[in-house]
Amino acid sequence: MTALTNHTLDDFPHRHLLGIEELSAPDIIYLLDLAERQVEIGRKVEKKTNILRGRTQINLFFEASTRTQSSFEIAGKRLGADVMNMSVASSSVKKGETLLDTASTLNAMNPDILVVRHQSAGAVHLLAQKVECSVVNAGDGAHQHPTQALLDALTIRRHKGRLDNLIVAICGDIRHSRVARSNILLLNLLGARVRVIAPSTLLPAAVERLGVEVFTDMREGLEDADIVMMLRLQHERMGGSYAPSVREYFHFFGLDEDKLSYAADDALVMHPGPMNRGVEIDSAIADGPRSLIREQVEMGVAVRMAVLQVLGQAHT
Amino acid sequence: MTPTGSKANGDQPRNILFHNARVVDPAQELDIAGGVLVQDGKITAVEAGLNAAPEGTELVNCGGKLICPGLIDMRVFTGEPGAEHRETLATASHAAAAGGVTTMICMPDTDPVIDDIALVDFVMRRARDTAIVRVLPMAAITRGLHGKEMTEIGLLSEAGAVGFTDGRNTITNAQVMRRAMTYARDFDAVIAHQTEDPDLKGDGVMNEGETSSRLGLIGIPVEAETVIVDRDLHLAELTSSKYHAAKISCEKSLDAISRAKNRGVSVTCGVSINHLCLNEHDVGAYRTFLKMSPPLRAESDRAAMVQGVADGLIDVIVSSHDPQDVETKRHPFAEAADGAVGLETLLSAALRMVHSGDCELREVLACMTINPAKILGLDAGTLIPGRPADLILVDADLPWAVKEQELHSRSKNTPFEGDRFLGRVLRTLVAGRTVYD
Repeated sequence: MTALTNHTLDDFPHRHLLGIEELSAPDIIYLLDLAERQVEIGRKVEKKTNILRGRTQINLFFEASTRTQSSFEIAGKRLGADVMNMSVASSSVKKGETLLDTASTLNAMNPDILVVRHQSAGAVHLLAQKVECSVVNAGDGAHQHPTQALLDALTIRRHKGRLDNLIVAICGDIRHSRVARSNILLLNLLGARVRVIAPSTLLPAAVERLGVEVFTDMREGLEDADIVMMLRLQHERMGGSYAPSVREYFHFFGLDEDKLSYAADDALVMHPGPMNRGVEIDSAIADGPRSLIREQVEMGVAVRMAVLQVLGQAHT
Repeated sequence: MTPTGSKANGDQPRNILFHNARVVDPAQELDIAGGVLVQDGKITAVEAGLNAAPEGTELVNCGGKLICPGLIDMRVFTGEPGAEHRETLATASHAAAAGGVTTMICMPDTDPVIDDIALVDFVMRRARDTAIVRVLPMAAITRGLHGKEMTEIGLLSEAGAVGFTDGRNTITNAQVMRRAMTYARDFDAVIAHQTEDPDLKGDGVMNEGETSSRLGLIGIPVEAETVIVDRDLHLAELTSSKYHAAKISCEKSLDAISRAKNRGVSVTCGVSINHLCLNEHDVGAYRTFLKMSPPLRAESDRAAMVQGVADGLIDVIVSSHDPQDVETKRHPFAEAADGAVGLETLLSAALRMVHSGDCELREVLACMTINPAKILGLDAGTLIPGRPADLILVDADLPWAVKEQELHSRSKNTPFEGDRFLGRVLRTLVAGRTVYD
């Protein structure tokens, strides 16, 4: 697949990055290759470049997120862009009005890139129709979180050398997870075998139609897995609404040494964060030698630099 | 009951002979080449080959085009009273006239709710003074649409309510529903019910399935509908009342209604034109104009609805005209309001099923003329001589494209924006007056 990556910046045929579904395999490989080079920049003492000098990047977060927002902020600053953060407290009813009003206000300030997170699926698409700059989806409801899938792919590729034919087991709250949706699309596109593991209440409708094998028994689902990708389970979904209790959930779906032993001997563990230790993952594993969790954070900055670079350079 | 209301801007009734027409009237199982004579606001003759009329009669050579009864739309939401910026009875009636709808049945979901005889009276007076087609209100089944206390079904019927419905709301309490049905039976009043269980629906915003999962939107299973349909059918059988499932959307509901009809239960059902023409995939990239309740379903359900019209199992086709403006629709999908306008495109969209060969013209027209008239006991929906001259002239093959800015409705939230139709209303008469030409 790397043979397909001989296109240049001008060939990245997208104005926005709204979801994985609009990307082709060559687009993804191209972004990952570019991100590899950004990893090197991030490890130097002098980290600042002038690739996006003079460009304005606005991070517009309707939903609080410390790590994603700071990752985009650092990525933009390392490229030399002027980065501004806007956290929009969401009033309960008039969210959409705020969204489009804010969009038109920001648009009038002529930014070059808008990085947007919103609690409603499709909200970033709606906003992208109303502004003239490039828009990066930093997470919209339960729909997509494309840079998370890209950073996960980069992390896996650096350790396994490939993605095709790897068995990747995604475990936890698949139903409400934009991370799972983006990863399922991306991993399938690059030839991985994707499994999802969750209690049936936390699986989306017709999940088998998304190109995954479905397991409700974690040990069966982890059998021979090369990558174990854990998802965060929000506490409010456990008071009997989707799962009966924390202890029952951890008993059946929490990642501990015993369950992990069913995976391949060299299986690696990932988590998009923030983690609930003792809910979906045992601390010993999260901090252990097979955990890639901290590296995911580093790759996040690199991947976001790559995305900001192709969008910021190609279309302004 | 005699329809009331309507006049305003229409011209005076004239005597008109529509000749050289294809005259279709499902009530008489009529499909002939001939003419229709209108005199003093009534239909006085419908005959094959009719082409002569008394002196002073306007002669309209229809050139073989279609003459049929004006449509009765059994489910229309307006914004009057309470949300006139979205739609008034007047603006809705202009949209109706342009769409060939000569009788609109208005829903009680207004502000205030039509749950009191004064409100029924208000709507009928406003319609009389401002609307150009007939407007008949349905009243609420329960006070304030809260699903708890029955309204004055007898007094409301006497005041002119043609039926009872809680509009967009579903009565979840089976005991309340049973009592309302039992009581309504004494007045021969029809109970028309939206069938969507609010608990099973939850925060759902579109049909549950692969599409909702891919879009990251919360799904609504068809069972949210079928559990209420099943319950209501049991209650209709128990109470021997006239029950109408107002707006079904899936094959399973149709199966249940079919079984109940076979058992002799007095049940009828309606479907919106949107659920006959569109499916869940039309939501596309979060198009909020296609967000509605019940949601657009799978293609197999849409096809089953069309088959239901062809089989005569579905009694009524409605526009479910629901004007929403920019402030309620220009939101992220989950936060946008349900509903779509449809009065103006009802007939053109329904003709799709005829042009595709799925349904006969007579079957489709019956669902918008004589069937709703029978359910509601209206003196309308047919061209039988002596009846009011509510009729439309239609070019069933005229191609046109929907442009939202050209719609007469005050709100432009059409799910058919940019779509092409074959067939359009050329002229609409209400009681012999031309209200659209």
